[in-house]
Amino acid sequence: MFARRLLYWISMAAGLVLAIVPLPGWLDPVRPDLALLAMIYFVLTSPRIAGLGYAWLSGLFLDVLRGMVLGQHALGFLVVGYLTHKLQLRMRMFPIVQQAVIVMLLLGLYHFLMFWIDGLTGHGFTGWVRWLPVLSGALLWPLVVALGDSLTRRSS
Amino acid sequence: MVELSHDSRPIIGRGPPLTAYFLTLAAISVGLMTADHRYHQIDRIREALSRVIYPMQRAVDFPFRATDWVTGSFADRSRLRQENLALTTRLRLANLQLQRFAVLEEENRRLREMRANSAGIAEKVLVASILNVDLDPFRHRVLLDKGAADGVFKDQAVLDGDGIFGQVSKVNASTAEVILISDAEHAIPVQSNRSGVRTIAVGTGDQHKLSLPFVTVESDLQTGDLLLSTGMGGVFPAGYPVAQVSKVKRAGSTFALVEAKPTARLDQAREVLLVWFKPPADPAPAGRRRRTIRAARCAGRQPATATPPAQAGGE
Repeated sequence: MFARRLLYWISMAAGLVLAIVPLPGWLDPVRPDLALLAMIYFVLTSPRIAGLGYAWLSGLFLDVLRGMVLGQHALGFLVVGYLTHKLQLRMRMFPIVQQAVIVMLLLGLYHFLMFWIDGLTGHGFTGWVRWLPVLSGALLWPLVVALGDSLTRRSS
Repeated sequence: MVELSHDSRPIIGRGPPLTAYFLTLAAISVGLMTADHRYHQIDRIREALSRVIYPMQRAVDFPFRATDWVTGSFADRSRLRQENLALTTRLRLANLQLQRFAVLEEENRRLREMRANSAGIAEKVLVASILNVDLDPFRHRVLLDKGAADGVFKDQAVLDGDGIFGQVSKVNASTAEVILISDAEHAIPVQSNRSGVRTIAVGTGDQHKLSLPFVTVESDLQTGDLLLSTGMGGVFPAGYPVAQVSKVKRAGSTFALVEAKPTARLDQAREVLLVWFKPPADPAPAGRRRRTIRAARCAGRQPATATPPAQAGGE
């Protein structure tokens, strides 16, 4: 159990680090939200341990890292975490492709929330490039699942 | 009909009901956002969190710094010699110019003292390096490795070797966030070096372009004009290069389309200067101005407005 908990915090840290690693210019807007994907994965596979507090806290750290309004990503992570929690009994039954579609919808909702809050706080950027992480995140979902499965099997 | 519970946490010690928990945390998030955006009240929370975050930022920055160090220490001899030679030449030229500047600076100081206005000249600088950290692809912000512990304050001017770079937008314990002059939310008062026309340069979101939206068709600006900071507003020191006018199009009826290229190397700089200076004194203190107005009223005239029409409109 302890090893499992440690794994969650380490993967949260890894996701956050990957959120600020410098990427070449053209790749920067495509950067998938790995911290968010990791959070969805853990809420999905072990909702007893990784709960809403975990989701909220990783969002809050992301806010500080990116210098956004405090609470913006926290709210986004929280909403996605809550919906995943609600959907997890169904989602675990789904084949991977269908899961990826649901994840894409969740990511779309998340980015819509971010877009909305950005607009409220006056940072609005309205280009279509903004929505690329939704696609890249959904495409990356099977990889996240594979990686997560191999890691949790080893640690338990 | 039996309904399965969606809450699969353990029954004992599961904490508050899921939806209640969700709503509480959501309310806290909204409260935090409001407090942060409207009232700037929670800088202390942000600073505490940034202490936790700092090792992560360092970890991301470390490989880049290490590569720099390794390439620097194992560089081959001929390249170092070449570099050394080039630097020596530049130093000699710079020294030559400096001799002339020393005389000019002395003269300038005397003249300014005569006008009892020695403000607006950089007094103290601190070199800070930019951390290799991506903040947001759609905003032009960078993170410096100096923070409140080094005396950095909010709205402090940041320069690089070639001109004005930006200003400090957030201060953490050991890092500071800088908004570049090219960010779409940034504007800086400037003055043409050649004609003395004053206007405002606004960021466009493109690192090689500033826009000057408040220039009238008949104002005297040409391609190639150097725009200097005016020191108005008290954020930036006066007289430092900001941008060079790259395009002037006089098509419309009132406002010309003017673009300028920042002189600072916004996309390449690795090290920047944080500047401390004495903010310029108000040229006409409130008391004196009121007296002039009263005198003007006594004389039965309206005081002339100082605002040019170009600044009034434009939106």
